[in-house]
Amino acid sequence: MKYMTDRKRAQGLGSARGGTQHHWHMMVSSIALVIVLPVFIITFGIGLGGSHEEVMAYYSRPFPALVMAITLLVVVNHTMNEAVEAVEDYVHGTAQKLALVAVRCFAYLLILVGLFAVARLAL
Amino acid sequence: MADVNRGNRPLSPFMIGQYYRPQITSVSSIMVRITGIALLCLSILPVAWLLAASGSGSAFAGWDGFLRSWFGYLIMLGALWAMFYHLLGRLRHVIWDLGYGLDLEISRKMGMGMFVLATVLTVLVVLGFLIF
Repeated sequence: MKYMTDRKRAQGLGSARGGTQHHWHMMVSSIALVIVLPVFIITFGIGLGGSHEEVMAYYSRPFPALVMAITLLVVVNHTMNEAVEAVEDYVHGTAQKLALVAVRCFAYLLILVGLFAVARLAL
Repeated sequence: MADVNRGNRPLSPFMIGQYYRPQITSVSSIMVRITGIALLCLSILPVAWLLAASGSGSAFAGWDGFLRSWFGYLIMLGALWAMFYHLLGRLRHVIWDLGYGLDLEISRKMGMGMFVLATVLTVLVVLGFLIF
């Protein structure tokens, strides 16, 4: 006879030990991207296709540069969370830990390199 | 109090394979995850292109040439579809999370709608860029 309620015994045993924060982050970035992505598609589509000088001039303007920076930040963060979720679902043990490190390093590297390039073009 | 049985409980079967017939609800959901991870990987393309643009002319010529080759355009077409599909898929989650559209019939319609609408939007964007 254990002096625990049914709820207490079940607590923490589910596959998901946390997730409210992740869920809310996905809600926020999903809604943000509904606006950001179409603007990105248009500005990137206009930027692509010019000569090197034209592209440099285009991304030295604040609007295309800011759209690119915002899109990179939000998209890569959002899809990183997506990939982290997939890893947590399908990879376990040490491989999971290493895969999580790899996914996050890859994502943050992408964001940093992208922001560096945008800053160099825009400033 | 109910008996605690910690070892011998039935496991829920893995979703893909012999246990479940593919349905529009599951297939459309799995595709959201696949397109999401694909988009994370494909983010390399604009980042590399930007980095090349911020550097020397020869680096830019290489990456720009790749992106604007037929293969580059094919990848970007796929990325465009993936973006629209994933966007609609996440929007579906937002609708569900707000408590709407949870019954099976509407879920099925939204699943089909994601494939159709993503394709329509992709075609519209491509046409838009071809015309303007």
